[in-house]
Amino acid sequence: MSAVLFFLAAIGVISGAVGVVVLRNPFFSVLALVGHLVSLAVLFLLLRAEFVAAVQVVVYAGAVMVLYVFVVAYVGGEGDRSKIGQLGERLRGNGSRPPAVGSGLRLGGAILGGALLVELLIALLGTGLEATSGYGAGYVPGPQAYGTPAYIGKLLLTRFLLVFELASFLLLIAAVGGVVLARRRGGLGEEDEHERFVPLDMRRPLGTGTTAEGVGSRTP
Amino acid sequence: MSIAWYLAVSAIVFALGAVGVMTRRNPLVVLLCLELMLNGGNLALIAFSRMWGNGDGQILAIVVMTVAACEVCIGLGMIVAIYRRQLPIDVDELRELQG
Repeated sequence: MSAVLFFLAAIGVISGAVGVVVLRNPFFSVLALVGHLVSLAVLFLLLRAEFVAAVQVVVYAGAVMVLYVFVVAYVGGEGDRSKIGQLGERLRGNGSRPPAVGSGLRLGGAILGGALLVELLIALLGTGLEATSGYGAGYVPGPQAYGTPAYIGKLLLTRFLLVFELASFLLLIAAVGGVVLARRRGGLGEEDEHERFVPLDMRRPLGTGTTAEGVGSRTP
Repeated sequence: MSIAWYLAVSAIVFALGAVGVMTRRNPLVVLLCLELMLNGGNLALIAFSRMWGNGDGQILAIVVMTVAACEVCIGLGMIVAIYRRQLPIDVDELRELQG
């Protein structure tokens, strides 16, 4: 039973990862990453890490991925460059028509990644095969068992208290940094942030031949 | 399942993330592939934690998740700032620091 679950979850993890790397549209990449994270949570559960699996689903597949989806929807991704006009002209270098040097770089990246995989497999499995071929330490179920929220909470507040506080401080710094970076005025790009004239947003007076009047939804 | 299988999966995920970081040019997708690499590391940490039967690896995995959340916050903030300045959203085009 656990072997079947392992192989199903491992197939989900690896196919999700392949989807993130291969898919053209960044939105689909984010969706593939969500599938990858949920399958990874199943692997964590198989390894008796209940609390980490719950955190993985709630924080990662929930909150962080929603942030990604927002930014992909805001920036627009690779798909609809032409809508932005001049900006799309400057973005034309990536995506559909890669330059000749791009495919060579892509092949080189794939070769380097394969070499990295072989090296990692040798490091993880080849030399330490006797050490890692076991099924893990003994596990006694119970409310205070290994991997439960009670166990993790006790560790975080006793032995790893300094790590816990440092992580919270790091989160505070990142929150302040995110606010400063994405602020509308005064942050990066101060000179570009004046009111840009966008003709489509202007409301035209009645009876001047807008499309809304043409289809009859707005009568003068 | 033997612990070695989990380690093999973690190595494959890490290598796939590395390939994505090296080949993709949209910084959003590069950030996603960084998440893949961090997840590969997390899986290895939790497998080792299971192997030894104590929770240190799980604590380290939670800290890695925290660092990943901070990285997402800063990275997405930078991407939004780049978009606001109407610079190209392509890691090959952003070469002002190259001199």
